[in-house]
Amino acid sequence: MSKILVIVEPQGDALRPVTLNSVTLARQAAAATGGSVTLLVVGSGVGPLAQAAAQYGDVLVADQPELGRYLAEAWSLAVVAAVQQLGARLVVVGATSLGKDLLPRVAGALDAGMGSDVSALVGIDASKVTFLREMWAGNVLATLEIEGPCALATARPTEFAPAAPLAAPGSITPVAGLSLAGLQTQWVGFAPSISARPDLTEAKVVASAGRGTKGADGIKLVEQLADLFGGALGATRAVVDAGWLPNDLQVGQTGKVVAPELYFAVGLSGAIQHLAGMKASKVIVAINKDEEAPILAVADYALVADLFKAVPELIERIKAVR
Amino acid sequence: MKILVTVKRVTDPDAKVKIKPDGTGIITEGIEYKANPFDEIAVEEALRLTEKSGGEVVVVSIGPAEATKELRTALAMGAHRGILVDARDEGLDSLLTARILQKLVAKEQPDLVLLGKQAVDGDSNQVGQILACLLGLPQACFASKIVLEGGRAVVTREVDGGLETLSVPLPAVVTADLRLNEPRYASLPGIMKAKKKPIDTLTLESLGLAGVAPKVRIRGYAAPPARKGGRKVASVEELVDLLKNEAKVI
Repeated sequence: MSKILVIVEPQGDALRPVTLNSVTLARQAAAATGGSVTLLVVGSGVGPLAQAAAQYGDVLVADQPELGRYLAEAWSLAVVAAVQQLGARLVVVGATSLGKDLLPRVAGALDAGMGSDVSALVGIDASKVTFLREMWAGNVLATLEIEGPCALATARPTEFAPAAPLAAPGSITPVAGLSLAGLQTQWVGFAPSISARPDLTEAKVVASAGRGTKGADGIKLVEQLADLFGGALGATRAVVDAGWLPNDLQVGQTGKVVAPELYFAVGLSGAIQHLAGMKASKVIVAINKDEEAPILAVADYALVADLFKAVPELIERIKAVR
Repeated sequence: MKILVTVKRVTDPDAKVKIKPDGTGIITEGIEYKANPFDEIAVEEALRLTEKSGGEVVVVSIGPAEATKELRTALAMGAHRGILVDARDEGLDSLLTARILQKLVAKEQPDLVLLGKQAVDGDSNQVGQILACLLGLPQACFASKIVLEGGRAVVTREVDGGLETLSVPLPAVVTADLRLNEPRYASLPGIMKAKKKPIDTLTLESLGLAGVAPKVRIRGYAAPPARKGGRKVASVEELVDLLKNEAKVI
């Protein structure tokens, strides 16, 4: 009868879609123990968000001015209070930059074990939770066992389907007795990446640029390919390292994990650490002039060609058949 | 300004690790080890921050005696002294690792603790955040820029959708992301000097953490399911035909 808590990542007054993937993991854990799923909404003036969350289960709400903007220090206190109020057996949040920043701090406060970026639930009982997760840039699939009365996990969104709403909305209950004294972090500002393209982790089509694009001209071609589908632009670590594209477009072990319907790998060799971030894609197309590039062995369709000739032709031919 | 920096010894990030046939671990024979690339970035940043305003950089590694090599490399880059905590990954989890660092922070009283955002073997990305919590300090993770001013660290963080800037009072815990800097190579004089720099060795016993069991354990190692791919297409024309008529994605 375990209580499973899902931390809601907000997107305005709505749930960031990745939250629904975490709800699916939580429902699996609840089903395995005959337990239930509760969603935690944290923020300031979050009534509408709590209503939206209640479509997926019972809701706990920590609503205070100090929680209006995500900060690990303040939010971790809210999560700890909610975990204690609920008596949570397992706490789940999406493996986003927010989830990765927040949940280990909660683990420290609760003296609880945590699995990062878990890809499957193997089992859960009163004393242990077992997950699968990748290590060594996706070269190892580890079975991770977490002991103790409360366990924590960030969920790899691409491994769990988005949850469906319930037939009837859940209850909404405030988190009681939350004290937020002594916060030290000051928020200074946020500079959004300016992009009209969809979020990399949520796009149906992703086109990624590697070092073979040689900079702005080559990247422009990959952008045009992405835009043809209203898709997202991705990059390898080498491209980010070179400063050709911002780091939040990085796909791989140390960047984003994506699993779109269609993934174009353009002028990228397929380093281990890049493959870790995209190999779950449904259909992979690789364009590389080096016949030995590892990406060609992973791709469903591998074209050995000069991207500066092949990509413009690809764009024209796709336009012609659609 | 005193900065404590972590340096984890990890398997060569560019090498493909292989798994033991019985699934109890990875094959370590013939494997090269290096400093965790994110920790190298943290060391470089600590050096830059202290070169500007003076101070001491203390590098710490938690690992086997062989991790002395990675500490020497950091000392050759310019760090002042090293601490080796003799412990094996098999007996540790992120929480226990953070507890070890908590003890070292109590001992060393640094103004700033800098860590790589994750180690590229375990890929957990937890220790810095747990440590900050245990110490009751603010955290600024995934840093792409650090400016020290007026007893505070102003840190730009790489987050989903853009760059966030936080200001935290010192002492604080900061974790380094990829683009914080480009780590220097050790110079020959640096390597010579590093040989004489002190490295203290501590044990879990000496830190009062002997016999603390990890809460998280790896019970099995397997190869992830292989992806079936590798079909060569001869032309863009053939590719578009397959995408439309076979994969049905365009």
